[in-house]
Formats: sequence, C-alpha cells, structure tokens
Amino acid sequence: MRPFAYARATDLASAIAAAGTDGTSLLAGGTELVNWIKEGIARPTRVVDINGLSELDYVELDSTELRIGALARMSTVAEHPDVRREFPALSVALEKSASQQIRNMASMGGNLLQRTRCPYFRAEVELPCNKRVPGSGCAARGGEDRSLAVLGGSEQCIATHPSDAAVALAIFDAVVRVHGPSGPREVPIGELYVLPGATPHVETVLEPGDVIVEIALPRSGLAAHSHYLKIRERASYEFALVSAAVSVESGGGIVRGARIALGGVAPKPWRLTSAEADLVGVALDDEAAMHGALARDFEAARPGRQNGFKIELAKRTAIRALQIAGGVA
Amino acid sequence: METEWTRREALETSVVPTGATVESGANAAAESAGDEPIESTVRLSINGEDYTLTLDHRATLLDALRERAGLTGTKKGCDRGECGACTVHIDGRRALACLTFAVAVQGREVTTIEGLASGALHPVQAAFIEHDAFQCGYCTSGQIMSAVACIAEGHARSEAEVAEYMSGNLCRCAAYPQIRAAVLAAAGEAGR
Repeated sequence: MRPFAYARATDLASAIAAAGTDGTSLLAGGTELVNWIKEGIARPTRVVDINGLSELDYVELDSTELRIGALARMSTVAEHPDVRREFPALSVALEKSASQQIRNMASMGGNLLQRTRCPYFRAEVELPCNKRVPGSGCAARGGEDRSLAVLGGSEQCIATHPSDAAVALAIFDAVVRVHGPSGPREVPIGELYVLPGATPHVETVLEPGDVIVEIALPRSGLAAHSHYLKIRERASYEFALVSAAVSVESGGGIVRGARIALGGVAPKPWRLTSAEADLVGVALDDEAAMHGALARDFEAARPGRQNGFKIELAKRTAIRALQIAGGVA
Repeated sequence: METEWTRREALETSVVPTGATVESGANAAAESAGDEPIESTVRLSINGEDYTLTLDHRATLLDALRERAGLTGTKKGCDRGECGACTVHIDGRRALACLTFAVAVQGREVTTIEGLASGALHPVQAAFIEHDAFQCGYCTSGQIMSAVACIAEGHARSEAEVAEYMSGNLCRCAAYPQIRAAVLAAAGEAGR
C-alpha cells in the first residue's frame, strides 16, 4: 500500500473535479476500493471521500420511474418496499449479494463498478492478467477457468462481471445517470460495460471525471413479474457461478413476453435477446420447448477447460427463473 | 505469573488515554502524496468515548481499534472482507472494520464488542455462553456484533433467516448450529 492524501468532497462539483484528477480515487462504500489498494490493483495518491454527499442517497418513485441515488446502500435498496413491489428481481439480486455487513456499506454506484473476481486478477502475487497489466497476458485462458466467461470473452480476457444487481438492472432497461466534466448524460445499462476485446482493462464507457449519480428504472407492468435466481457453490455469501434475472408476461401458462439476462457467464450482464423472441408462444411448463428457445443465444459460446458446464447450467437456471416468475414453479 | 503480561496489558502501556493526541510513528517527510499530508489527526467516537489519534490514511478502522485504541476485541481474520471477524457497528449498522479507512469514520459512532455490555453481559453474549456457540472463540466477537444487528434488523425470525443473515460471519470450528440457536434464543428474549 502506498501512502495517500485524504479529502472529503463537499459537493458534486468537487467530486467530479477530483474524479478527473490523475491519481485520485473516489471512496464510497469502500468494499472494493480498500481491497484494491491493499492488493495494489489501485494505487491512488489521493482518496476523495464522497460519503458526505447526502443528496446522492435516496430511493424515490414517481409516475414514470424509480430513481436510486448512487450512494444509496445495497441493503437499503434491497428492502425498500417500492423496489420489492415493482422490481422484485432487483431486490432479490441485492439480498443475495455479499453479506449484510457489506450490503450496509456498499453503494449502488460502486456496485456497478465492481471489478471481476477472476482469481488471476485478484491474485496476491501478480500473475499474467491483461486487466492488471495490459499486455501481460491472460493466465485464465487454459488455466483455472471454472468461474469464468463462456460468452463475450476474447483471447485477451475471459473475466466475468460479478455484480448481481447489474444483471437485474439489465432486464429493466435501467439508465445510469452520469455527471462529468461536460455535464450530465444518460448511459443505458446495456451500454455501460464494454467487452474486453484487445483492451480488457477498459471495462466501461465512463471517462475520467465521470461520476455515477443515479440509476433510473422505468416503471412497467412486466417488471413486477420478475425474479432473480442465483446458482453458487455455497448456499449464501458467494458470487454466482450462473444467475438469471427474468421477467415474464404470460397467459394460461403461455409466454407472451419475456426479458432474460444472465450473470456469471460473460464480462457483462448478458441479455438473451434471441430467446426473448423465441420464447413467445412457448408453454412455461414445456421444458424441452423452452430449452430449444434458449439455444440460439448460446451458439456463440466458447467454453474453456473447466467452465463448459455453465452453458447447460445457464439454460436450466433461466428456465427455472422464468417458471418462478411466471408462477408455475 | 506476575511477570507475564497479557497482550492487552502490553498494548495499554502504549495506548492513548481518552482525548490525548498520539504522535504518529510514520515519518510524513519521508513519504508523501504530492504536497498533501498522508496522515491526519482525527477524533473518533468509539463506544461513546472520544479518541484523538494521528493516523496514516492507510490505517483501517480495524488496525486503529486494535493497535491504536487498544480495543483488541475486534479480530483480524482475513483482512479483506471475507470472514466477518472484524464486524463492528457504525452508526448502529453492522459493517466490516477491515474495509473501512479509519479516517473516514470521523464524525460517526463506532461500537465494538467492548462497548456492548453495560454492567451485565449483553443478552446476545449471555445467549452465546448458554448455547455453547463457540469453540476456539476467534470469530465470536464478530459473530456477536453481527447477531445483535441481525436481531435489531428483524432478520432473526427463523433458523433459515438467521443462517442467511449471519452468512457473512464464518466460523472455521463450524459452531453454526449453536450460533443459530443462540441468535434465535436472544431474538426471542428481545421480542418478549
């Protein structure tokens, strides 16, 4: 750990100015940043604490959308009655993230900017990792890849994104509101993350000086019929091997419309847009037909040594989540 | 033996009386972050008492509690937010001291295991003894701090709920059945 200066931001403008300064990291919940600093993943010379910006700590609902302030804590959002009622998949995704201690600390803005749990990226001894040191290689490819991506990876990186909440936000077409040096703008959740390609260290479209201020979820009747199913190697307090956020509209047990996003399989929340179309008209209890409707989205899957099981597991997880959301399981 | 010191006694000789300022061991001139200081003198409120400490900004709340305030009840397990041994309350909510920079809790109220009992043992402490909810005891202070919060949150209504909401506290002796029983019993007492 290198020494660093510490300051408290007094308003959003000073936070934006700090975020755009080389060597400065913003501190919100700290559940990621403190570990990054300990591990040498981040080496700030200055840490600017934004926890005093109480104007970024809220959950509010109006006639068109639910707005979550970037500094709202995961536990607060998980238990908020409006979230539970209108966006249950988000509530469940948050409740199944981390532990209550961490959920009490971690901010919603920071949750979106978590970095991968790839064991090579997090290694205490520095190993080849193109995210840690661009150009150093990817030890995960051909290595211990059981937890890693089968979709959306590249020769340079097969990391998965660890956020559960982001997967739920993906099916709700959430918008991330960002303030930066050139003013406010909106980034659809589906465009926030970029695939690794040849530059795995570039993970989002955010630029220096950008600060996430709010996450907005448009209200919709479909959202209330949503669910998040998380499959992991422990019953609790573990990252997903595979997860599925779904919402479904059905009549007489037949799918009329569906949204599906997967976690644990790709570098970003992975929307199954082909399946969303192919599932229309399929009976929720016809597992063979549902399985078939999920096939097209997995044609591009590229399993490695140990993670091939994720393809079948992801399909089954999505099917079960759809059945739960549709009220038939 | 009279000549043997406990760790706590050894620490206490170097610990700061309440309200006093301690000189930092770090040489601010040797390492710096540009022109800005890398340490600050902060006033922390811990268990209702004020501690004025000069802290390197890198100091976690866990290290400040143990090494500077002499409060060694809060334990260091993994030091990376995975085990829960360092669980304390910050402004009444459970949090991990190892993932908290001490300088950032200035102006907030910290409660540790030492601040839980007032005279008699806290009911959750008593329940842990009654239900034999520990073996080696290393995780216990974190378990108890987490359990007190778990009950206050209303998340101790069934064994399954206790298991879920206590999952951030690992016990390598696997005293989980006894821990769950203690939490449920204390929750029952609290609800009475």
